[in-house]
Amino acid sequence: MYILGISAYYHDSAACLIFNNEIIAAAQEERFTRKKHDKSFPINAVRFCLNQAQINVSELSAIVYYEKPFLKFERLLESYYHFSPYGLASFVKSIPIWLREKLFIKDEIYSQLRKIESFDKKKIKIYFSEHHLSHAASAFYPSGFSSAAILTIDGMGEWASASIAKAENGKIKILKELHYPNSLGLLYSAFTYFLGFVVNSGEYKLMGLAPYGIKNAEETENFKNLIRQKLVEIKLDGSIKLNMKYFGFATSLKMIKIKKWQKLFGLKIRKPKDDILQIHCNLALAIQEITEEIVLNMVKYAQEITGEKKLCLAGGVALNCVANSKILNSKIFEKIYIQPATGDAGGALGAAFSYLYLYENFEYMPTGEDLMKAAFLGPEFSNFDILKVLRKYEANYVFYENKQEIFKYIAKKIDQGKIIGWFRGKMEFGPRALGNRSIIADARSAEMQKKLNLKIKFREGFRPFAPAVLLEDAKKYFDIDIASPYMLFTSQVKKSMRKKLPDNYEELELFPKLYVERSNIPAVTHCDFSARLQTVDKNTNPDFYSLIEKFKEITNTSLIINTSFNVRGEPIVCSPEDAFRCFMRTDMDILVLENYVLLKEKQNIKKYSFKEKFKPD
Amino acid sequence: MEFLRDLWGFLKERKKYWLLPMIIVLLIIGILIIFAGSSSVAPFVYTLF
Repeated sequence: MYILGISAYYHDSAACLIFNNEIIAAAQEERFTRKKHDKSFPINAVRFCLNQAQINVSELSAIVYYEKPFLKFERLLESYYHFSPYGLASFVKSIPIWLREKLFIKDEIYSQLRKIESFDKKKIKIYFSEHHLSHAASAFYPSGFSSAAILTIDGMGEWASASIAKAENGKIKILKELHYPNSLGLLYSAFTYFLGFVVNSGEYKLMGLAPYGIKNAEETENFKNLIRQKLVEIKLDGSIKLNMKYFGFATSLKMIKIKKWQKLFGLKIRKPKDDILQIHCNLALAIQEITEEIVLNMVKYAQEITGEKKLCLAGGVALNCVANSKILNSKIFEKIYIQPATGDAGGALGAAFSYLYLYENFEYMPTGEDLMKAAFLGPEFSNFDILKVLRKYEANYVFYENKQEIFKYIAKKIDQGKIIGWFRGKMEFGPRALGNRSIIADARSAEMQKKLNLKIKFREGFRPFAPAVLLEDAKKYFDIDIASPYMLFTSQVKKSMRKKLPDNYEELELFPKLYVERSNIPAVTHCDFSARLQTVDKNTNPDFYSLIEKFKEITNTSLIINTSFNVRGEPIVCSPEDAFRCFMRTDMDILVLENYVLLKEKQNIKKYSFKEKFKPD
Repeated sequence: MEFLRDLWGFLKERKKYWLLPMIIVLLIIGILIIFAGSSSVAPFVYTLF
């Protein structure tokens, strides 16, 4: 049976199509509409999924939405009632959206699907899965595990912001939930906001900033104490209680009560364009460490009440790869699987799976293998599709019959310090580019981090880059003994790779610290010697593997920088046209589009403008 | 109709009948606001609020 999963109307809309237990296709709407975190109905993503399977809407057995709108509305009404008379402004603003759209999601889905084609609505039923059940299902069913504990943590679902579940015999049973307004995701987002980054998208910047904080410094410790004493009560079972006197999200349109926060931390709220000071880094470190403590408490408790040896993780907080690595290193669980599209986009997948196994009682046959197809579930384009784009723009290109020749040529160019736009195969599902829509470069270059951040991606200079390393060589460079195919764990760069640091390194402020050459692979070594690595497996991504292998043959180095193919504020490129336009508006040197290779210096296109403005995230 | 059936089923399952009056009032206001945008219901809405 074909089941379509949909997530929409909050952030990161997506669609996913499964045929029985096989994932046929999945994609986020933002990739098609070119609006980052697009929340509109994923009509393009749905169309793509149906095309991929060559089926009509009427051939779907079910459509499953990733959460329960009535339950969310219930929470909304009850919480406004609870906090009244405060929150009137927020109530007046949010209720019309519910009355117009969100309460009638069933009708909305039918009417949107009618834009694709007409069908008999009586023959296709729409079902609703709970938000955290969708997350849990998205992590467990593709994991291949026979049984597991499941931990889901995010900003907010209907009532729950985190859940612990046990999966066995193909069924998921939610055992414990953390309810509104208490939320680890929202706590982290509150700091994201206070430190000048955009909520729901800047959280990973906060995570990247934290290592610049000075560990155990008086200021950092003081911040941690203040957070514990005033903002959040941390309990040993992993649950938390937010002190709502400091948070605004329940009664206003702001995350926090700014004046109270400023007074508490003795620090003004940082505006997005303000300089980042050491105090900001210390505060980022404080909340990161508190987050890790809470997550570890949750994990311990999940193990206690489930008795399981394997853990599945999902929800937006599971994108915090530093916290994930703390879980891994704690050895509380023997194995960990994290859904690569762990945010709300992955909810579409989980919704479809939860219907299949929990409603239709489809037999679950654990394979022990990851069923995510390495997250390569999106659109792919033929050489002919690409040629049409190149002709449209009158681009200068070279076509290679033999792809091994391309890998050899590009490996040589990376060694020469060139920056490459790499577009091959199916687009990734989830927030990470894993080698099919990537910008790649030499990790050995000391200048590369700065160059990539400022001239290619146009983003903050402190942001780290991830290495893509051949799976079997990962141990040579990093202290890691598992595969990390989805960039969801960090690992320390091996001591043998590190360089001697200046004596005052720990006391250095952000930018002087940033530009210290810390290892033989400086462009992917973060200031605390961590790296958010991706291990590349020959079986799941043979082309990307071959490229790195060729690079190794020339340089004896088995890794390269892998960052997403986009600029700041832009969704990762989806089509050859997106890739070509992004290539033309940045300082990338070479673009590879399947078997076509384009050199920037050979392009002389005056007829078209490639300038595009994206709202910085 | 299907919406009302679903809503009633939800309230029954959750045993939260006390939400019903609030939802009905909100829905009526919502419908009035939508109609008021372009129809003869507008003056009626103005006298109400």
